[in-house]
Amino acid sequence: MNVSSLTIAFTLAWRNLWRNYRRTLIMLLAIGLGVWAMVFMTAMMRGMVDGMLKDGIRALPGHVQIHHPNYLDDPSVANSIAEPQGTLLDALNHPQVDAWAMRVKVPAVISSERETRGVMLLGVDAAAELNLSFDISHITQGQFLPSLTEEELAVDVQAQKAAKGIVIGVKLAQKLETRLGKRIVVMTQDIDNTIVDRGFRIVGLYQSDIPGFEEMYVYSDRRLIQSMVGLKGQVSEIAINGDGYRDNQALLSHIANASPADMKVESWRQVDAYLSAMLEMMDGFVLVWIVVIFLALSFGLMNTLIMAVFERVREIGLMQALGMRSSGVMRMILIESLLLLLLGLAAGNICSLLSIAAIQDGIDVTAVAEGMAMFGAKAVLYPVLQYSDMLLANVVVIVLGLLTSLYPAWRAAHYDPIVALNKH
Amino acid sequence: MNIELRLAWRNLWRHKKRTWITVAAMVFSNVLLVLMLSLQLGSYQMMIDNALGLFSGQIQIQHQDYLENPKFRDDIVHPQGLVNTLKQATDLETISSRGVTFALVSSASRSYGVQVVGVEPQSEPLVSTIPGLIIEGRYLQASSSKQNEDPVAEVVLGKVLARNLKVGLGDELTLLGSGRDGSFAAGVATVVGIFNSSLPALDRTMIQLPLDYFQHLFASENRASYVVLNTPTPLELTQLNATIAELLAQQRPDESLQVRDWDALQPGIRQAIQADLSSAAFMYGVLILLVAFSVMNTQLMSVLERTREFGTMMALGLKPWRLVKLIFLETTMMATLGMLLGAILGAMLTQYYHVVGFYYPGMEEMAAKFNLPERFYPDVTWFATFIGPIFVMIASIIAAIYPALKIRKLDPISAMRAV
Repeated sequence: MNVSSLTIAFTLAWRNLWRNYRRTLIMLLAIGLGVWAMVFMTAMMRGMVDGMLKDGIRALPGHVQIHHPNYLDDPSVANSIAEPQGTLLDALNHPQVDAWAMRVKVPAVISSERETRGVMLLGVDAAAELNLSFDISHITQGQFLPSLTEEELAVDVQAQKAAKGIVIGVKLAQKLETRLGKRIVVMTQDIDNTIVDRGFRIVGLYQSDIPGFEEMYVYSDRRLIQSMVGLKGQVSEIAINGDGYRDNQALLSHIANASPADMKVESWRQVDAYLSAMLEMMDGFVLVWIVVIFLALSFGLMNTLIMAVFERVREIGLMQALGMRSSGVMRMILIESLLLLLLGLAAGNICSLLSIAAIQDGIDVTAVAEGMAMFGAKAVLYPVLQYSDMLLANVVVIVLGLLTSLYPAWRAAHYDPIVALNKH
Repeated sequence: MNIELRLAWRNLWRHKKRTWITVAAMVFSNVLLVLMLSLQLGSYQMMIDNALGLFSGQIQIQHQDYLENPKFRDDIVHPQGLVNTLKQATDLETISSRGVTFALVSSASRSYGVQVVGVEPQSEPLVSTIPGLIIEGRYLQASSSKQNEDPVAEVVLGKVLARNLKVGLGDELTLLGSGRDGSFAAGVATVVGIFNSSLPALDRTMIQLPLDYFQHLFASENRASYVVLNTPTPLELTQLNATIAELLAQQRPDESLQVRDWDALQPGIRQAIQADLSSAAFMYGVLILLVAFSVMNTQLMSVLERTREFGTMMALGLKPWRLVKLIFLETTMMATLGMLLGAILGAMLTQYYHVVGFYYPGMEEMAAKFNLPERFYPDVTWFATFIGPIFVMIASIIAAIYPALKIRKLDPISAMRAV
């Protein structure tokens, strides 16, 4: 086939398309709507899951975590691991690791003069924690724990005081009817299963956008907690972040290879099965949604083409009588369908890009915030457009669309010219 | 059969293939709608049943500040009297009172901070499914009615907590907390049962004691944190709410007690349903619109190709509105066919999943999070079977307005000359 015949085929198809402009416009509207719905809905769902994952991993925290093998099932101070040394420490300071922190994380009971709550007591190194998961802008009153070395701590009396403080959530403070500067008592179990308690001064209050988080976690200095529960040189977990949550396989094996045998190294996918299942379900959902919408479209597309062929039976017969091959007829119809699909795709893609840009600041769904929290999602939904999803939608529409057109095109190509010419 | 109906029916089958393809578009969407809606509605019902039945109950009577901020001191005096009055006023037996606080529980080797719930062993099984979920030992027993005898110090706890505390039946747990008056509260209770609610968050964090022992331990004699009440009709609580509110106003005017129904107790459930429904509504809306476009196109074609015919009919004296009526009759017939076939096939597919169970990868983890079974068995209901298809049918008929309007613009003379 040479260039001019291809040009003619395209011109012919283009002009045919506009012979019945109403029909073409309705079909374009349908394809445009379908493609918009595919891309827009996918972006919203991706945005929701993305938010869930980011929050979830921030709350865990860490893309990869190291624990005592029994810790996750039984988060007790007895199931602790040694602070990283040697090869593990080298591996953690490798450029492949974005941030890491070790933490003592034990269940505790916290009491003010008036109320008592169950919480998770975190003993953290301020600098590492800020680097890994804690957002300093979430502190609403007071300050986060000071980041100090042992030497500084030994000299500075003011710092010593601050380091003995505790940072709790705003909601927890409300429930405990306490406030910044007040003292609270934390009770937990030490390594010998003796109940230990200790008074802390509240040095900071924080807010979290993760549901339930600020009532659950209280932060204090790691060394302080270690001495309180009698852990020498041991922590509950080591949390490690790489460069993204999607692919942690390299990071996982990098850390696992360097860890002693008595530590369990897991990625967030193993630690939180729900989040991991959500991520995988999303990929399935995107494909199913795109195909379902396409199928709903395909009936209309096929009908439109069948009609387009039917009303031109005489014309097609004439073309064939004049020597056009059936492959030529088929090509003409397929090009017509291709043009229709491309126009519809263009319209749908543009609309989806525009609508996603329009709600880039997020949709506020505060009205159902607690329901969203049950799914682990936030009260503001942000669309996240993955170009791979958009590409998938376009490829599905073109490929399946042309497949759908094969039948009308094949029929058009196989009319008997004589019969076709005598029609009507 | 009247002539218009017959005409419309025959017209429909002039292009068999086209009509069937349009009907197929409807059927495709309808089947999807029926199945999806059946699954959704079924799972909502289960979410409500499981989430409320497990522990929280459908209605609670609490101090007015308790919901916002469950403080131990915001409680109810003489709960038994209130329970009795409620039983008389509502004719319901499914009422029980509970005391709730936090405490540190310790076994020989472990300690955890947990929620401690004091329950009435006799009536608790009527408002919660936990007593029926005992996997080892037994549930709490009603203490002897003898006065001045120390209450029985026994405790049941969740499976995960028992494992973490490394305790079994007959082992002793030490409880440490603060009493209602701020005093130090300490006691030792024997483990008599272990329950498995299959909700790790609950199995990890809750222990239950007899209410009288609870009151004794936490210095809250004759008090309860709230009264819980179950009804056979969780979806129609308005009347009951009003009755109880009135009763409280009469009998306990000074105590600022409030009726809280499940929507207030667990707003997450209704909101989760709303959130899920609204995203589903978007998807269904798109599907329905796509079908409507398909119908619009088909009917437009069918009008345009009959221009000559319509011109002739109008020249013979047929009023345009009768042709418009004809188009709507045709569309309605097609839409009815699509609705019936879609509803029947959809119901059949739902019935299939009702028998074998519906499953998709990842559902297990979702189900675990919401305390639902791992496979889902949707019920075929009239509502779920017909609501979607009826919407599709209405949308299809609306879509015929544009093609039908074309007829009104027809001029008989030029129409008859049209090719």
